[in-house]
Amino acid sequence: MLPALIAALPFLGALLPGLMIRAGRNACAIATGSVTALALLGLMLHAPAVIGGEVILARFEWLPALGLNAHFMLDGLGLLFAGLILGIGLLIIIYARFYLSAEDPMGQFYTYLMLFQGAMVGIVLSDNILLLLIFWELTSLSSFLLIGYWKHLPEGRQGARMALTVTGMGGLAMIAGMLILGNIAGSYDLSVILTKGEEIRASEWYLPALILILAGCFTKSAQFPFHFWLPHAMAAPTPVSAYLHSATMVKAGLFLMARMWPVLSGTPEWFYIVATTGAVTMLIGAKIALFKDDLKAVLAFSTVSHLGLVTMLLGLGTKAAAIVAVFHIINHASFKAALFMAAGIVDHEAHTRDIRRLGGLRRLMPVTFAITLIAALSMAGIPPLNGFLSKEMMLEEALHTPWAGMAWVFPLLVVSAALLSVASSLRLNVHVFMGPERTDYPHHPHDPGFGMWAAPAFLALLVVMIGLFPMTFAGDIVAATSRAVTGEAVEVKIYHWHGLTAALYASVAAVVGGALVLGLHGPLGRLWLALPRPEAKAIFDAVVGAAAGVARALSEGIHDGALSRYLAIFTVGVLGLGFWAFAGGVHLPGMRMPLEAGPVAWVGWALLATCSVLVAVLHRARIVALVLIGVVGLVVSLGFVYLSAPDLALTQLSVEVVTIILLLLALNFLPKRTPAESGGARRLRDALIALLAGLGTAALAFALMLRDFGLPTISDYHLANSKTGGGGTNVVNVILVDFRGYDTFGEIIVLGIAGLVIFALTEALFAGPAGRRLLGWRADAPKAGDRHPMMLVVAARVLLPISIMVGIYIFLRGHNEPGGGFIAGLVVAIALLMQYIASGSAWTEARQRIDYHAFIGVGVVIAGATGIGAWFATRPFLTSNFGYFRIPPFEKFELATAMAFDLGVFLTVIGAVMLTLASLTRIALRAGTTVNAAPMDADPSAAPASEARG
Amino acid sequence: MIPYALGFAIGCFALALALNLWQVTRARAVPDRVLALDTMVINVIALLVLYGIAAGTGLYFEVALLFAMTGFLSTVAYAKYLLRGDVIE
Repeated sequence: MLPALIAALPFLGALLPGLMIRAGRNACAIATGSVTALALLGLMLHAPAVIGGEVILARFEWLPALGLNAHFMLDGLGLLFAGLILGIGLLIIIYARFYLSAEDPMGQFYTYLMLFQGAMVGIVLSDNILLLLIFWELTSLSSFLLIGYWKHLPEGRQGARMALTVTGMGGLAMIAGMLILGNIAGSYDLSVILTKGEEIRASEWYLPALILILAGCFTKSAQFPFHFWLPHAMAAPTPVSAYLHSATMVKAGLFLMARMWPVLSGTPEWFYIVATTGAVTMLIGAKIALFKDDLKAVLAFSTVSHLGLVTMLLGLGTKAAAIVAVFHIINHASFKAALFMAAGIVDHEAHTRDIRRLGGLRRLMPVTFAITLIAALSMAGIPPLNGFLSKEMMLEEALHTPWAGMAWVFPLLVVSAALLSVASSLRLNVHVFMGPERTDYPHHPHDPGFGMWAAPAFLALLVVMIGLFPMTFAGDIVAATSRAVTGEAVEVKIYHWHGLTAALYASVAAVVGGALVLGLHGPLGRLWLALPRPEAKAIFDAVVGAAAGVARALSEGIHDGALSRYLAIFTVGVLGLGFWAFAGGVHLPGMRMPLEAGPVAWVGWALLATCSVLVAVLHRARIVALVLIGVVGLVVSLGFVYLSAPDLALTQLSVEVVTIILLLLALNFLPKRTPAESGGARRLRDALIALLAGLGTAALAFALMLRDFGLPTISDYHLANSKTGGGGTNVVNVILVDFRGYDTFGEIIVLGIAGLVIFALTEALFAGPAGRRLLGWRADAPKAGDRHPMMLVVAARVLLPISIMVGIYIFLRGHNEPGGGFIAGLVVAIALLMQYIASGSAWTEARQRIDYHAFIGVGVVIAGATGIGAWFATRPFLTSNFGYFRIPPFEKFELATAMAFDLGVFLTVIGAVMLTLASLTRIALRAGTTVNAAPMDADPSAAPASEARG
Repeated sequence: MIPYALGFAIGCFALALALNLWQVTRARAVPDRVLALDTMVINVIALLVLYGIAAGTGLYFEVALLFAMTGFLSTVAYAKYLLRGDVIE
């Protein structure tokens, strides 16, 4: 199976749970699990080759111009991590099936889980750092969904937000770091970058890149001082915590440090930043873990501590330390996932995970006890379990590394951290399971069914087996991974007895000291609580609050909801930029001679100018302003005709009509006058800005028209190629459906979306306060009795077929003469609108067979299909073609594929316009207007009242 | 002769448009303004036809036709609004 397919499988699998949940919870879990199992199988088929030293590549060009390629690579490191992600993922899927209660939406859970799984596998298999960044961000997003899965819990939502903020910020820093790195190496492909270590370390940009990339790693892996988000993310369901915080998400940072190890490590900067952070995190995490009472919080902080351990090992920069780091990643994933799941079982059965309320569970939950005992002892580093092996090797490395010439720094840090870690590991057993049985558990606990303990038991078994036979179970994969991390072949030897070394004494001291500390846990805990300590959540909230405050002040300053302010800022900005561009740019003096304007033009100009001024003066009386705007529209369309643009004139006129009807519909429910809100000074300022903007636009237009263009214009190209290239003599139409077909396609989609959004908004409006206001709405003017005048109805009926015929005519000839799909759509829409006005919505909708939604959908699909059709002729999307045909007895006529595209435009325009109007009509219905199904007020077929009486 | 007649007619309709605008602005009641706007549409149609004759092309007759077909609808909508408040019932 290709590495790309392994990464893609979980994403495809994310589609399944939502469907399969309808077939029941078991079917859902089995379907989800099978996808993961399939991906795992595909991965395992590569395992022998990869362990043998092969690197499997799968390369697809995506955006090669940007250096962004879908390159995937499977080497030892990728194999180890992908194996952990998919293997533990499979166990988690089984565990979650039994953990989630019937009320939890399981389909959603598995969908999020699979998305996360896919993103993680993507990270570890990427061979392109830009692709890796995309997957990196995807893990942040999908983990946000998972952590906040219990939406009803405020801690869940807050924890999810905190995790997203911290890891998201780190991700942003990392993007910058990766771009710098790619820039130094001259390629964004990992396989190239990995060969250029020397060059990168010598570059002056090495330190910024290092710091930025490490910021991403440290936030993701919860290293000090970013460790605070991890415990808050524990509000998630336990399967999520077990998955994200033992094997996957927090290990992504470690993965990246390991991946970049050959390139970035080996310098003093790397050593001091990474190793120090790791050691400090290790100590702080272990210390906090000891004094937490929530089972999952203990595990969360001990995870922080162990991540610190691995980070420190990677930071040491020696090959031996890197091998230990790899080995400990495996061990930590196995015992920590088991512990998380066991904690989840305790929580699930006893209905609490507060250690103070637990104790004495040994007899009640023997299986869970056994699992916890094995895993916790391994975490404490008790022989012969796997935790002991890696801890011994770690101590061996750390004890012999001086820090800034001081030999005691690392030994002190790691031995005290190990000691505290032993104490908190033992505490999990002693305070939860040992001691007398209690009577006051919130729920009487007992072992769960096999399904729930199967997964942690399997991991506990793994802990023992790796502990007893490390070379058999882990030797090969550690060797393969270490080879990938260090970039050269390494010899891995893991054994229990190293002789009486310093590491052994340190280990014994840690275990004995840990047991003593646990004995003194009560008084020490009280002392700890009495000491002042920073509360991470409060600080985080304060920082976020301050940032939000600044953002709010800024956005409310320029964006306060008053249209006049936006317009003022926008206009002044454009004026400034325009002036700056004109003053700073190079342009020729105006050489063209102005044309003579005829008397008609002068009249039009005077009308337009007068009306525009009048709209500004009379705008408070809204209906008068609307009439004046109608005049403006009329003169503008006349202007288009005068300037030889009949297409635009027709469009302008149709849009004008639709706009007026829309505004009248809205005006019915709005105040009839605009209140005066601004004072004299403000109005003076606004008038000044408006005047400047108007003069500026006029000056720009004048300046432009006096000059020839410096470069050949696109208009000339369009004029020259319209007939030969697009097969049409109407250049406007050819531009719309051919030259700029892509734009038009996008525009009709936007138009369709706008129509649908207006429909959805009016639906939503009724549910809210506006809907209640509408129910209490009363008309503010008396109504005439003539609702559907007979004259209007008859005229509208006669006009309908004529208008549709005209619409079709305009549509058909659009390619060569003024017209086209857009205008035709508007003309037909106007004809339909007439029926609405004349006979009312109830009568019209009763006769309307096709939904307007369907018009929009069909229109976009036709336009899209026309574009795709070009692919079958092996041409790019939306390439048009045309030919001339002759069917006797008709004359020779032209058929262009652009016409089908235009049909899509036509249908979408009708759908969008009608849907908008129909939606607005429903507002009136909501306000209590009644409808009648009869076409008009009087029934002409009935006998007049006087005759009937006689 | 035709050019003079056309010039005269165009002048008359341009003047009519200006007078219409006067009525739109100064009329006391809204129905008067709407009627003035409707008259403007008709005058614009006349101008289009005259302009088409002057330019010697049939294209403008079609444009005039479409103006006539759609232009009256806004007047209808205004009338409906003034009479009933709700344009589409």
